[in-house]
Amino acid sequence: MINQTSSMPSSPPQAPLVVEMRGIVKRFPGVLANDHVDFELLHGEIHGLLGENGAGKSTLMNVLAGLYRQEAGTILVKGEPKAFSSPRDAIKAGIGMVHQHFMLVPSQTVTENILLGLDDPRFIMRLPDYNTKIAELGERFGLKVDPRAKIWQLSVGEQQRVEILKMLYRGVDVLIMDEPTAVLAPQEIEGLFVTLRAMIAQGKSVIFISHKLQEVSVIADRVSVLRRGIATASGVPSKGVSRQELARLMVGRDVIFALDKKPGRPQDVVLEVTDVHAESDKGLPALRGISLNVRAGEIVGVAGVAGNGQSELSQVISGMRRCAQGQVLLNGDKISNRNTLFGIQHGMAYVPEDRTHVGSAPNLSVTDNVIMKNFRKPPISKNGLLDMKAATKHANELKLAYDIIVPTVSTPVRLLSGGNLQRVILAREISGLPAFMVAVQPTRGLDVGAIEGVHRLLLAQREAGAAVLLVSEELEELLSLCDRVYVIYEGKIMGEVMIGDDEPDEGAALSLSKGLVDTIGQMMTGTPLDQIQKEGVAAHD
Amino acid sequence: MDYTIILQAGIASGTVLLFATIGELFAERSGVLNLGVEGMMLIGAMSAFSTTIATGNPWLGVLVAMIFAGLISQIHAFIVITLQADQVVSGLALTFLGAGISLVLGEGLSKAGTVSLLPNFSIPLLTLIPIIGKIFFTNQSVLVYVGYLLVPLSWYYINRTRPGLHLRAVGEYPSAADALGINVFRMRYFYVFVGGMMAGLAGATISLAVSPGWFSELTTGGQGWIAIGLVIFAQWDPFRAAIGAYAFGALRRLILDIQGPLVLFGFANPFYYNPYLGFFLQMLPYLFTVVVLVIGSREALRKRIGAPAALGNPYVRGERGL
Ligand SMILES: Nc1ncnc2c1ncn2[C@@H]1O[C@H](COP(=O)(O)OP(=O)(O)O)[C@@H](O)[C@H]1O
Ligand SMILES: [Mg+2]
Repeated sequence: MINQTSSMPSSPPQAPLVVEMRGIVKRFPGVLANDHVDFELLHGEIHGLLGENGAGKSTLMNVLAGLYRQEAGTILVKGEPKAFSSPRDAIKAGIGMVHQHFMLVPSQTVTENILLGLDDPRFIMRLPDYNTKIAELGERFGLKVDPRAKIWQLSVGEQQRVEILKMLYRGVDVLIMDEPTAVLAPQEIEGLFVTLRAMIAQGKSVIFISHKLQEVSVIADRVSVLRRGIATASGVPSKGVSRQELARLMVGRDVIFALDKKPGRPQDVVLEVTDVHAESDKGLPALRGISLNVRAGEIVGVAGVAGNGQSELSQVISGMRRCAQGQVLLNGDKISNRNTLFGIQHGMAYVPEDRTHVGSAPNLSVTDNVIMKNFRKPPISKNGLLDMKAATKHANELKLAYDIIVPTVSTPVRLLSGGNLQRVILAREISGLPAFMVAVQPTRGLDVGAIEGVHRLLLAQREAGAAVLLVSEELEELLSLCDRVYVIYEGKIMGEVMIGDDEPDEGAALSLSKGLVDTIGQMMTGTPLDQIQKEGVAAHD
Repeated sequence: MDYTIILQAGIASGTVLLFATIGELFAERSGVLNLGVEGMMLIGAMSAFSTTIATGNPWLGVLVAMIFAGLISQIHAFIVITLQADQVVSGLALTFLGAGISLVLGEGLSKAGTVSLLPNFSIPLLTLIPIIGKIFFTNQSVLVYVGYLLVPLSWYYINRTRPGLHLRAVGEYPSAADALGINVFRMRYFYVFVGGMMAGLAGATISLAVSPGWFSELTTGGQGWIAIGLVIFAQWDPFRAAIGAYAFGALRRLILDIQGPLVLFGFANPFYYNPYLGFFLQMLPYLFTVVVLVIGSREALRKRIGAPAALGNPYVRGERGL
C-alpha cells in the first residue's frame, strides 16, 4: 500500500466541490497564522487537515466556520462566494464546527443545549417532544446519548456527541471536527469513526483536524497539511502517500520517533499514595480510593480520559487539595492535607496542568518565576532580603542550561511561547533537585521540537534517580516514557501495566504495544484489569 | 399576642423582600451582580409616594417607581456590561447614588400627609381555610397577591421557556450562548433592568402598602441588603426565595411585636424590660445577611450551592471564543 517513490498524485476531483477556500490570510499579533492557504472540500469525503500544534489548522477552520474574519482570500460554498460574520451565518450556509473546547452549558440538559439559540420553540419548551426528536437523530448517526441528562453528568466522549448532534440538528452538510480524538479513549475513537462514516453515507462531508498522523491516514480520504501557516500539501489522496512523507510535510524535517530510554533501575519507593478519597470543586466525589506508588529512578504514568480524577489526584499529591480519606507519603513523611510548602521542603516538584495560571505568574519576569521555590535559601536570600544580582545570575544559568529562548530574563513570561514557558517551569522545578516530581500534561499544545525537549528532561530526571509521576492523555507518550502505567477511571485505578524497555525487534514491539493499547483502552472506559484478564483466559479455554 | 396577625403582617412585609429578591435573582441569573438594590428600592419608595401624592393615583405611583428604578439600574448595566468595570464597586456606588437622589427629591415628603393607598382585599373562598386563610388571603394588599403569582411564574419562565433557557445560558457560559447567536450584552442589560424594576416595585410596596409614607433612608432600613443575602440563600431559585422572603418578613414583624407586651408566656417579657435585647434581635437579619454574603463570596462554596458560573464576570468577546 505504501507508495514511497511517487510524487503527490493529484487525481482530478470526482465529486463536486462543496467548499473552496482561496488564498486565506489571517494574522494574530506577532503571528501569521494562515499565509495564503488554499483548501478544497469535496462532497462526501472525509478530509484530514494535518499539522503540528500551532500550525494554523484551528485558525483556518475558524475562518470557515464564521468565528474569525480572514484578512485576505475568498470562501466559496457550493460555488457561491460567502462572507460570514458569525458562526450563525456559517451554519445557515450548512457549515458547522465542533471545537476542541466544547461550548456546552454544564448545568443544562442535552436537549436544552441543542435547542439553545434556535427560533423553535418560540416560547414554551415542551422538552419531552424535543427529547424524542433528538434521540431519533442520535440513533440515525450512531450517537448514543440520553437527551435528558445534564451535561456535567456526561463523559467527555458523550459531550462530544452532543456537540455533533447540535450541528446535525441545525442541518449542516459540512462538519468540521477540531482534534476530536484528543479527548477520547481508543474504543471511543472507533465509535467516532463509525459515526463519521455514517455521516458520509448520508451525504455529508467532514473535515477532520488532527496532529496525529496515523489517525488521519486511517480515517481520511484525502489529506491537506499545514506547516507554520502555509499549506504544504492540499487534497492529497491518503492512500497514495506514506506516513514518513506526511511527517516530513508536517515538521519540515525527518522525524526521529525513537527516544533514548535506558533500561530502568528502580530503587526504593518514594511516593506512596494509599486509599485517597477527595472531592471535586463541585463537591462531588472525584477520587474514590486511589492507591499507587512511585519508586526512585522510574517514570510512572497515569493514563485516562480527561476528567476522571487526574487533576484532583495531582492536586492532592502536590498539596493543593485536601483529601477526605487516605494519605500520601513522600519518603515516609505524610504530606497530604499539609500546606504545599511542607511538600516542597520534602523534595516535591510540581508541573501543573495550567501552565499560565498555576505553573507561572504571567506578568512576572523569568527571573521572578524561576526563584519562586528557592528564594528563601542562599544565595538568593541574603540576610532575609532578596539578592537580585544572585537571582538574575541563577536565572541566566537556567536560561542557558534549559535552552529558554527569551531576549532577557527580565521579560515577563506571558510573552513566552508554550514550549519556552514549559521550560521555565521545568527549570524551576528540576533545578531544586527534587526527590519526586508530578507532571500533568507537560507536553499539551507544544510542537514536536518542544515535546522532544520535555521528554528528554523527564528521562534525565529518571536517570538522575528521581521518582516521576506523569499524568497524560497521550497514550503514545506514556508508552514511550514510562516504566509502569496506572489507568484511572472515574476516580478509581482500573489496573497497572508494566512497559518493557528492552524490545526484541520492531515487529514484536509493535504487536506488544498494540496489545497494551487495547488493554489500556479497555481500562480507560471502565473495565478493571482483572476482569480483562479473566475474559482473556476464558477466550483461550 | 395573636400570632396569626403577626404572620399576616409578616407576609405583607415579606412581599417587599420577595420582589427585591426575585428581581436580583433575574439579574444574577444573567451573570450580573447588582449590589445597588437598597438604592433602587429607595428610589422606588420615594417616587411611588410622591407620584401618588401629586396625582392621587397609587397605580401610577407603582408604574413610575418601577420605571425610575429600572432606569437607574441601567447606569450599573452600562458600567459593568459595556465598560466591564468591577460589579461590586459599581453596585455599591449605585446604592449611594440611589439613596442620595431619593433623599434630595424626597425632601419634605415626610410631612406630605395621607395618600390614597393601594387596595386591600380578601380572596372569597380561600379565607375560609383555617389558619392559612387568615394569614395569606385575608385583607392583604393587592401587591401581596401579585407576589403569590410572581413566584411560580418566575420559576416557569426561567426553567420552561425559551427566553429562560437563554437567560440561564448567558449566566452560566456566555461564550457558548454567544457562539449560537444569542446577544449576551443585550440580555444582560435587559435583566439588570428587570432587577431594577422589581426593586422599584419593592420600594413602592413599602411606601404605598406595608408601612405607608416616606421616612427617608429608614423607609427601606437595609432590606435591599437582606434581599441580596436571600438570593444566595435561595440558591437562585424563586420558590426558595419566596420561603426566605416570607420567613424574614415574619421575623421582622415578630421582632417588632415581641417588644410590646409586658408578659410573655407567663413570664416578665425580657425584650420589654431590656431594650438592648431588642436591639440585638433587630440586628439578627443583618447578621444573617453578612454570614450568607461571606459564604456566597467563597469560590468553592459558590460552586457547590449552584451559583451561575459567570456571575460577577464581565463578558469579553474574544476571537478565541472563550
Ligand atoms: N486568538 C488568538 N490570538 C492570538 N494568537 C492566536 C490566536 N489563535 C491562534 N493564535 C496563534 O496562531 C497560531 C496558529 O494557531 P492555531 O490555529 O490554533 O494552530 P493549530 O490549531 O494548528 O494548533 C499559533 O501561533 C497561535 O498561537
Ligand atoms: Mg488547534
